[in-house]
Order: sequence, then C-alpha cells, then structure tokens
Amino acid sequence: MTDATVPQNVAPPPAEVEDVELYHAHSWITKYVFCQDAKVIAIQYAGTAITVGILALVLSWLIRLQLAFPGAIPFIDATVYYQSVTMHGMIMVVYMLTAIFLGGFGNYLIPLMVGARDMVFPYVNMLSYWVYLIATLVLVASYFVPGGPTGAGWTLYPPQSILTGTPGHEWGIILMLVSLVLFIVGFTMGGLNYIVTVLQARTRGMTLMRMPLTVWGIFAAAVMALLAFPGLFVAGVMLLLDRTLGTSFFMPSLVELGERKDYVGGSPILFQHLFWFFGHPEVYIVALPAFGVVSDLISVHARKNIFGYRMMVWAIIAIGVLSMVVWGHHMYVSGMDPWFGFFFAVTTLAIAVPTALKVYNWVLTLWHADIHFTTPMLFALGFLVTFVNGGITGLYLGNVIVDVPLSATLFVVAHFHMVMGIAPVLVIFGAIYHWYPKITGRMMDERLGKIHFWITFLGAYAIFFPMHYLGVLGMPRRFYEMGETAFVPASAATLNIFITVTALAVGVAQAIFFYNLFRSLKYGAPAGGNPWRAASLEWQTPETPPGHGNWGKHLPVVYRWPYAYSVPGAPEDYLPQNAPPVAGEHSP
Amino acid sequence: MYIAFVMVLVVAGSILFHVLSPWRMTPIASNWGFIDDTMGLTFLVTGTGFVAVILFMSYCLYRFRHVPGRRAAYEPENQKLEAWLGIVTTIAVVILLAPGLLVWGQFITVPKDAMEIEAVGAQWNWSFRLAGADHQLGSSDVRYIDTTNSLGLSPADPKGQDDLLVTNGELHVPLGKPIKVLLRSIDVLHDFYVPEIRAKMDLVPGIVTYFWFTPTKIGEYEILCAAFCGTGHPQMRGKMIIESEADFEAWQAAQQTFEQSRKSAASQNKRASAQ
Repeated sequence: MTDATVPQNVAPPPAEVEDVELYHAHSWITKYVFCQDAKVIAIQYAGTAITVGILALVLSWLIRLQLAFPGAIPFIDATVYYQSVTMHGMIMVVYMLTAIFLGGFGNYLIPLMVGARDMVFPYVNMLSYWVYLIATLVLVASYFVPGGPTGAGWTLYPPQSILTGTPGHEWGIILMLVSLVLFIVGFTMGGLNYIVTVLQARTRGMTLMRMPLTVWGIFAAAVMALLAFPGLFVAGVMLLLDRTLGTSFFMPSLVELGERKDYVGGSPILFQHLFWFFGHPEVYIVALPAFGVVSDLISVHARKNIFGYRMMVWAIIAIGVLSMVVWGHHMYVSGMDPWFGFFFAVTTLAIAVPTALKVYNWVLTLWHADIHFTTPMLFALGFLVTFVNGGITGLYLGNVIVDVPLSATLFVVAHFHMVMGIAPVLVIFGAIYHWYPKITGRMMDERLGKIHFWITFLGAYAIFFPMHYLGVLGMPRRFYEMGETAFVPASAATLNIFITVTALAVGVAQAIFFYNLFRSLKYGAPAGGNPWRAASLEWQTPETPPGHGNWGKHLPVVYRWPYAYSVPGAPEDYLPQNAPPVAGEHSP
Repeated sequence: MYIAFVMVLVVAGSILFHVLSPWRMTPIASNWGFIDDTMGLTFLVTGTGFVAVILFMSYCLYRFRHVPGRRAAYEPENQKLEAWLGIVTTIAVVILLAPGLLVWGQFITVPKDAMEIEAVGAQWNWSFRLAGADHQLGSSDVRYIDTTNSLGLSPADPKGQDDLLVTNGELHVPLGKPIKVLLRSIDVLHDFYVPEIRAKMDLVPGIVTYFWFTPTKIGEYEILCAAFCGTGHPQMRGKMIIESEADFEAWQAAQQTFEQSRKSAASQNKRASAQ
C-alpha cells in the first residue's frame, strides 16, 4: 500500500555552491558577545526566555494567591494584581514562548537538522538576540519607573491602557510599547534568517519534503510571524503616539474620571483588530513549532515513522494560512459589526479540521509502534492530552454564539492556558530532555525527569481543568476580587483555594527540573553522539556537542526522510538520514 | 506503561468531575435557551472526541509498549484512512457550526417591537436611560457632559427632554417583552454582563453598540462589567430587576426626566456656589 505513494530513492544532486569557511571565535568576546554561532545564540535566547519565564511564574503565584485568599496579603492590592496579570501574560506569550521556540530551538536545530553549517546571516542573528535582550530589559525596567509597569491586561486595550484609571498609565505603558516594538525589530532579523536558511542552506539531498517536522513547524511559524507582527508593531507605534503626542488613532472623544479630554474621532476597535491580527497567528506561532517538535519526539521514542508525513506538512501550511483570517473570534462581543461573526466562526471552526488531523496522526503513529516511555516521550504524551483538551474548548469559543456567555470568563483563561500555556510548555520540557544530550554531551537524569513530568502534567491538568467550570458558572476574568456576588456560591472560593495550592506546588516542583538541568552538566551520564538512536541529521554530527560549523570537513549528504524507523530489511530499527541507501529500500 | 492507566484515569476523572461539579450555568432568565442547547451539543460532540482520542491513545500505549524483541510496523501513510478521518471531523464541525450560526442569526436580528433601553458605562458605575412619553431616546454626545448633564444628552434635542434617567445603578425591565439594550460608554471599554441572560456586549466609547433579549424570569440579577476597565473594574456593579409589567410601569413613573434632573442639578449647583 505504501509503495505507490512513496517515491524511490534518488541520488543526491551535486553541490551547487562551494563550502565557505566560517568566522570562528577566538576570544571570549567573539564567542559570547559578537557571537556568530547559532548554537550559542540559541542558548542565550533560551536562557533569557527561561529567566523571564521564571519571573512570569512568580507573578502567577501573586495572581493565584489573591484569587484564593483575597486581601490576605496586604502587598497584593488591585494595582499590583493587575500589573502582575499583565506582565505574566505578556512575558509568557511573547518574551518566553515565542522567543524560546524560534530564537532557542529554531537557532539550535534548524542548521543542524537541514545540514547547514550555520544560519545564513550569522551577524544579523547575533544582533537579533541583543535587540531581544534589550527589549526584555526595557520591559523589566518598567518595575523601576514611577507608577510601575502597566496593568492594562496583556491585550493593552485603549482607551483604558493610557488613562488614569489603569495602573502604569504614566510610564509603564510607554515602556511596554517600546519593548514590544524592539522585540519585533529583533524578531524580524531572526525570522528572516530562519526562513532564508531553510530555503537556501539545506544540504544535498535534503528536499523540503525530507525536512523533520520540527523544521517545518518553526519555518511556518517564522513566516507567519513576519506577516503578523507588523500588526502589533503599527498598533504599538500608534498607541505610543496617542499616549505621548495626543494623537487620536484609537481615542474617541471621552471623559477621563470626570474631565473631558481633547481626543476626538479615534476607534478603540481598530486597535483590537490590529492587536488580534497579530494575536491570533501568535497562538499558532507558538503552537506550530510545538507541533513539529512533538511529532519528532513521538516518532523517535515510538521507533516508528510519523504517520502521514505529507498530511502533517500540509496541515501545518493550512493551519498557518487559516490562522491569518480568524482573528475576529477574539472580538465577537467587541461591538464590531455582528455580521463578521458568521465569517470568523466558519474560519475558526474550519481550522479545527487540519488540527484534528494532526492529532489523529500523532496517535496513529503509536499504532503498532515500539513505545519507549522515556522522559521526552512522557512529555509528548502529556502534550497530547492537554492539547486535545484545550483544543476542543476552542470549539466552544470559536462558535460565535457559544462564545457570547463564555467570553471574558474564567473558561477563556482555562482554555488558553491549557492549549497555549501548558501544552507548549510540556513540549519545551520534552524537547529539553530530548536534545540536552546533543547540546551538552550528557544525559539528564531519567528518574528526576519522570518525577518532574508527573507533578507538572497532573498538577497542571488539576489547575486548569476545573477552572473551566468556574467560567461556565459565569465567573468573570480580570476580577481582583469577586466580592459578594449572588450567583457565585461559596464552593467556588474553595475550588479557587485548591487551584492556588496546586499551582504553588507545581511551581515549586520546577526546582526538580532546574536541579536536574544543572547537575547533569557535570554529573550526567555521558551521552555519546546519538543516545536515542534517532534518524534525523542533528544526531549524526561528527562531534557532540557539535563544534562551530557543525559538520567537520564535509557536509552530510541526505538519502532519505528523517523518519526511517523500523524499515523492513534494515539491520537496525533506524536508518540515519545520511546513511547510504540499503538494497531494496523504499524510503521517501 | 502505567502511563496508559493514568491517562484512562484522567479521562474518567474528567467525566466524573463534569457529572459531579456543582459549578454549572446559572438558571437562565432570558429567551436565550438556544445558547445553552448549542453549548450542550458542543459538550456532547467534543467530549466524545476527547474520550475517544485519549482512550485510543491509552490502548496503544499499553498494547504497543516496548518489550524485548518488538519491532514497530513501517507504514508512512494511509491516505484512505486519513481522508475518512478528515471527512468525519468535517461533519462533526458542521454539526457544531450549523446550529450555532442559526442561533447567531437570531441573536443579531432584533425584533421590531423591542423596547429600547440605554445602558451607559462610566468608570465605575452603570446608569440607564429609558424613553419618555414620546417613546424615543434623544441624541447624546460626550461633549455635552457637565455637572448638570452626567450622561451627555443633547440639551437642544426635544426628543431627549422627557427621557428618564436612572443613575442609582438599578435597572427595571418588564417580563416577557423583547428589549434592545443600547450600549454607550463615556470613557473606556465596558461590557454589560448579566450571567443569567447569557447575552453580553461591549460598550465602546465613540459608538453605540447593542444586543437584545427577552426577560423570562422575575427576579433580581447582578450586572457586572466584563471588559477590563481599570482598577475599579470588579466594583462596577448594577442591578437588573425583572418584574411584571404593572410593577415596571409604577417604577417608570417614579423616575426623573432629563429636564427635571437638569433643573434640580442646576439649582443645587447655584446653592453650592452661593455658600
């Protein structure tokens, strides 16, 4: 059945351009500051992203403590609460998830997986990181200005985000917008680099349809990001002008706590369109790399080719295209023309089809597989459960009329945390456990890894699954305190306490991961070059960790796809992409 | 391998939680029962999908776990199976979408005989305006707002003089009559949110938005704001009282008109400046 659909091996084409010698670092400064090695830049990106991610984790504790024990901690007043909500959200979505998937995994894995020596623009790549670092510093600096960081909610909706009633309307909002603009500048440099590298620097034999799905996911996400981020960029600049120069892009005539302002004629809804034109693709900018990575984790650890590879690639592309035309589902009750509801509900539910097909293919990969329950595999399976759970609640919120009662409730909070918080974070953990041996040459401890998995997966599910029901009840999000509200029973407060205690425990348990991460640097078992017996190219480097230039004297030549596991007739249960063809082989 | 059992437990636990959860939709007090039905249908379809996928996964995890000597099958794709799965999923999506869009069609089609009531949001309270004897609301604009005219009604518009102003945050509506709620904000975004009527909509400064519903259950309901509007957001509360038509008319008769409120506010201001 497979023979008809799979082309025969072809001899790799001759090299089109000569190999060029790279600029090698010769001092600490050229290695770590003016760094031109994508692998070092990747670690810098990931390290920065994880550091601000820890800040965001601590902020989530403040949010949860206030929700469970309102007013019990005097330090957390309404101002601090809303600032924490805003900074937690923005950091996690932009500065942590986007940065770590594209800047971290993208930089490390793209050149290795496509058989390149480095990114095609190494200098621009270095610049991209430093601009990202400056953006995060500007963001964090808002804690040290009068009024503190903005508390406008991560969506930063005007008019409130630049008016007196909102915390941080003085300086915080300005720093937030400047930081976002910088982030986008930095990201554009990185994104162009990832795209050009994938299109131009693949080694001989590495056709597009032989790329690992990780590369496909990151590639599609980078293309989408370059199309979507400009929406946020212009929204950010226009809002900055409204705030600092008094223009009226988003500001109609209005009254600010009793006093009439000079704004006239602007449209607050325009901001929402621009924001979500970025904001929804952003969900998939995080999700697509996670999709790609999880495909590879499942395939390697189940010793089986990913099921329906071509469908997986086309699904990534379909999701990428569709995700550019669904942004209005965030605005069903925004007051935009209600006829848009029909359009956005149809596009949004249509995106469920390619997404569901990906889920089926992951699960079908397990059928007749040889499943090894390694730590990376556990995290990949945890992703499947949380992603399916979070994905189906998207069908509630995408179906315009069902969204009406649920919008702005805790159901939304539970949904997006499950689908674009927990699910991608589980993939990040799985990916770190999986590629750590390549990055450091040592294994992470499996026992600690499994303990970390069980606490994180079950804990996170216990936090966010019940939260949906508070939303169904009607409890609104972004409430500093619920106060006496007739329709909210006392049991809701009990559930809030349970969620908070679980969240604190899961947060603290992440120490196990960091202990494992740092301890294994020195004490981890030596990994060898290919401890998982994986077929894709990054595991076939002559050195581990790979040196600058990745491939020693000669670039690898690719003869097959990266999923040649358990191929009939092959001596072992995997065939590396660069191993010469075996007799009678039918690999794509 | 024990992960297979844990995943089954996760599914079982989720179903159990759903059945036993005391946190359910509030008893409905409007005509939007169709919204609840659509949500129920969505739960059924998506819940089935979730259970099926995770249980199938658990079975594979148990059945195809690594044991010495096992080798995986080699099957790059199966286009027939993939096409079937695509078709089944598309059908499920249509089952969800079709009734959803029908109900949305009703939601955005306001009955012609609906009574118009205006809700005005300001940081951080609710005010309301009802048409007076002429059954018409006068025009309004933020630039008319001053100490005698907190809602910014046009002083020159004759239609607005008899409009009834309600500034204590308590809105009364008659049972069984369709109501079109016109929404206006004088400062930032707000959202008129009463969980029991299911419908909600943002208030956007600069434009007038709306939604409609028919009250179906006498009682007192809390109005919340569902669009973040600054530090006072959780305290922005109002009350909606659904009552019989007779009670409603009695309440209506006791409300001040725009004209009256202007006069009394002006005389108060005069007294204050004289002192």
